[in-house]
Amino acid sequence: MKMSRREFLQASATGTAMLAVFATGLMPSLAAATTSPLAVGDDRKQFEAQTLDDVVKALGGSKAQPSSDISLQAPPIAENGAVVPLVIESKLPGTRMIAIVSEKNPHALTATFHIPDGTEPYIMTRVKIAETSKVYALVQTDKGFFYTDQLVKVTLGGCGG
Amino acid sequence: MTDPMRIRASLTGDTVEVKVLMSHPMETGLRKDASGKLVPARYIKNVKASCKGKDVLTADWGPAVSKNPFLAFRFKGGAAGEKVTVTWTDTAGESRTDEAEIR
Repeated sequence: MKMSRREFLQASATGTAMLAVFATGLMPSLAAATTSPLAVGDDRKQFEAQTLDDVVKALGGSKAQPSSDISLQAPPIAENGAVVPLVIESKLPGTRMIAIVSEKNPHALTATFHIPDGTEPYIMTRVKIAETSKVYALVQTDKGFFYTDQLVKVTLGGCGG
Repeated sequence: MTDPMRIRASLTGDTVEVKVLMSHPMETGLRKDASGKLVPARYIKNVKASCKGKDVLTADWGPAVSKNPFLAFRFKGGAAGEKVTVTWTDTAGESRTDEAEIR
């Protein structure tokens, strides 16, 4: 197809205008639907991470290694994703921190627990899991970051009403 | 909102097991109320537990900890009759402190 210079300019101008409409009009609503901001005044970077690797980086590590010395007890099928009981215990020497990460949640990092000397590397708590996904128990020791994971099937999501 | 925490600290051998049940809505900011408006996010950010002036556990939480959070942990170095103090602070700046005697 042959196109004159004038036709080309007109066509590209319309195209750009359409793009602009998409960018300004449509995108913000899409963005608002897919991301959820943290509460006002909560600027903790580690909670903005979306993947296990990003969480580890935000916590000051490089990459987490899988480890069989961490035990994570989670129900294989959670009927209610809003209340999923977890028990995490680490047998790794020098455990300083235990974190819970589930990558399909709006914010991958759920919680971090700092274990001072004299406290056992053992945590029992209840968390929300948005949809069927692996739950990671992330442990920081003097030697770096380690994790174990378990798949939790969720039949009713933990977010929204 | 400001309901007291239920804390139980029980001594077995040389280990104190602490169980805490907090009363907090833990709003994620994604839930809609009856009129369809989003409920603003408000959740517990920090939790601190101490015994005899020494921290035995500190935690940073995001919105994905369940409503009315439950937490259990174990530490050594406590004795019967001593007190375990737990404090939480939420994203709205509200905080609450409660304590329980080790038994």
